[in-house]
Amino acid sequence: MNIRIDLFQSVNTIFITLFALACTLPMLLVLVVSFTDEQTIMQNGYSFFPEQFSLEAYKSVFSSNGQLLQSYSISIFVTFVGTLAAVVMTGMAGYALANRQVRYRNRLALIFFITMLFNAGLVPWYMINDLLGIKDNIYALIIPSLLFSPFNLFLVKNFMQELPESLLESARIDGANDAYIAFRIVFPLSLPVLATIALFYGLGYWNNWFNAIMLIDSENLYPLQYLLYKLQSEINMINQMQGIAASNITAPTESFKMAIAIITIGPIVFLYPFLQRFIIKGLIVGAVKG
Amino acid sequence: MEHAIPKRLKRYGFLTDIRRNPVSYLLVLPALLYTIIYGYLTLPYMVIAFQKFNYTKGIFNSEWVGWKNFEFFFNSTAASMVTWNTIKLNVLSIFFGTVVALAFAILLNEIRSKLFKRISQSTVLFPYFLSWIIVSYIVYSFFGTEHGLINNFIERLGGEPHNWYADPKPWTWILVGLSVWKEVGMSAIIYLAAITSIDDSLYEAAKMDGANRWQQIKSITIPMLMPTVSILTLLAIGKIFYSDFGMFYAIIGDNGLLYSTTDVIDTYTYRTLRTSGSPAIAMAIGMYQSIVGFILVLSANWIVKKVNKDSAMF
Repeated sequence: MNIRIDLFQSVNTIFITLFALACTLPMLLVLVVSFTDEQTIMQNGYSFFPEQFSLEAYKSVFSSNGQLLQSYSISIFVTFVGTLAAVVMTGMAGYALANRQVRYRNRLALIFFITMLFNAGLVPWYMINDLLGIKDNIYALIIPSLLFSPFNLFLVKNFMQELPESLLESARIDGANDAYIAFRIVFPLSLPVLATIALFYGLGYWNNWFNAIMLIDSENLYPLQYLLYKLQSEINMINQMQGIAASNITAPTESFKMAIAIITIGPIVFLYPFLQRFIIKGLIVGAVKG
Repeated sequence: MEHAIPKRLKRYGFLTDIRRNPVSYLLVLPALLYTIIYGYLTLPYMVIAFQKFNYTKGIFNSEWVGWKNFEFFFNSTAASMVTWNTIKLNVLSIFFGTVVALAFAILLNEIRSKLFKRISQSTVLFPYFLSWIIVSYIVYSFFGTEHGLINNFIERLGGEPHNWYADPKPWTWILVGLSVWKEVGMSAIIYLAAITSIDDSLYEAAKMDGANRWQQIKSITIPMLMPTVSILTLLAIGKIFYSDFGMFYAIIGDNGLLYSTTDVIDTYTYRTLRTSGSPAIAMAIGMYQSIVGFILVLSANWIVKKVNKDSAMF
């Protein structure tokens, strides 16, 4: 009996280990290629075990023109400002919808909810941004699509509804107004759910390139993900960044692209061990209280 | 007491509510304005589906053409192709995504080492954090024709390298695989939470009757998970007419050789708007997607309500 259970455990452990490897090894390949000598890539192709390692790609990245640095600052700025604004906006609205004193809260919630079921689609979205002048400027990377999600609103609202009403009631009896209750009591108590939506918003902003492909033309506004897209789809982009003629074949190109990809996910890899805990906790809270 | 409340309710108008809760209404205002602009003021633009739309003339002065834009789309071969691809890829992704996430959650739950459990759960969540552009780099490093890992491997075994980016057939499975790969960690968390909430006494009773681990999984865990599974599946089916544009456009982009199996409604609409520059036809396709999508969400919710009232969206 014991032997059988142990067999089950070990087969299971092996199986799960393989699965976990399948989720991480592909990214490791990109990492290894970024450190592979360009000549080795040309001769042997991509490999987990290259014959010749090289730092050329990274040297080339750091001596390239300012585009990478520019895109990095755009992405950081947009992620920071966008996430902050989005969390504040969602948290505030969540408070109003969870506030039992507001009699029309369910009808207000309906206004948000309907947009989850029916939306006009790409063309009107594009037209309204055009109308508001949200085009080829920094606002185009912050405002459309990402600034507010009804899904996150309902996650926050459900969490705030579960806070003990007696707590808020006693504050009201002590003469606290709505603003005090919202900012001093409800928001601090809702930090777990606010952190979770901050993570969703932040990841959304960092990984977004849809707004850029639809609304951005100027190169100095390219966020990182869009720069990566351009590097993949337009060969000239690499030469332009390296500041060399297209005929120069000794400059690293394959490893150069992969090095930029690695540099782009840097912040995520460093923050990921902390972030994933929030996701797991937040989702479980959402699922249980859903 | 019971008589007093309805009377007060009746006289309690919207404006009174605002006057009594000025702060709450102020707090909801930014989100409300945003939703009104992007969720409601976008609706009037849908009329351009019935126009010969011209940017300079705008929606008020463009010429009306009736159903012409719809006819143009539905008479093209693209209509059935993109509709079929959208549905096919979504159905396969939902099916395999559910099966893999479920299997992973059940197996992970059987692991006894807490540390190993936590590490593996975190690891499978890793792809969720990557952007589709990064994923497209990964795909390229595996399937790239000249230097890709797979062709590399085929050549070492003495085979002929395959031009993956020119052969549409395998891409159905590559795309389904990628979507499963990226989302499985997220779904597994939900299933693990559901497994944790199963009553322990059920397992105790089964053990007393001599059930082994496998029998316990088969007769307790899986049946107890079925309500969660069916609801998540139904809700996913409600979204079957929509695809993740970021995924398709990052990985396939404008590679026309692969359209026959990979072009979906969202990417086709995008190209109609941006590449061929016909917003009216793009709007007609968008309207087709919005309306069918809406009907699907309503039906899915209706069925969910029949299965389990508490899990319905509305």
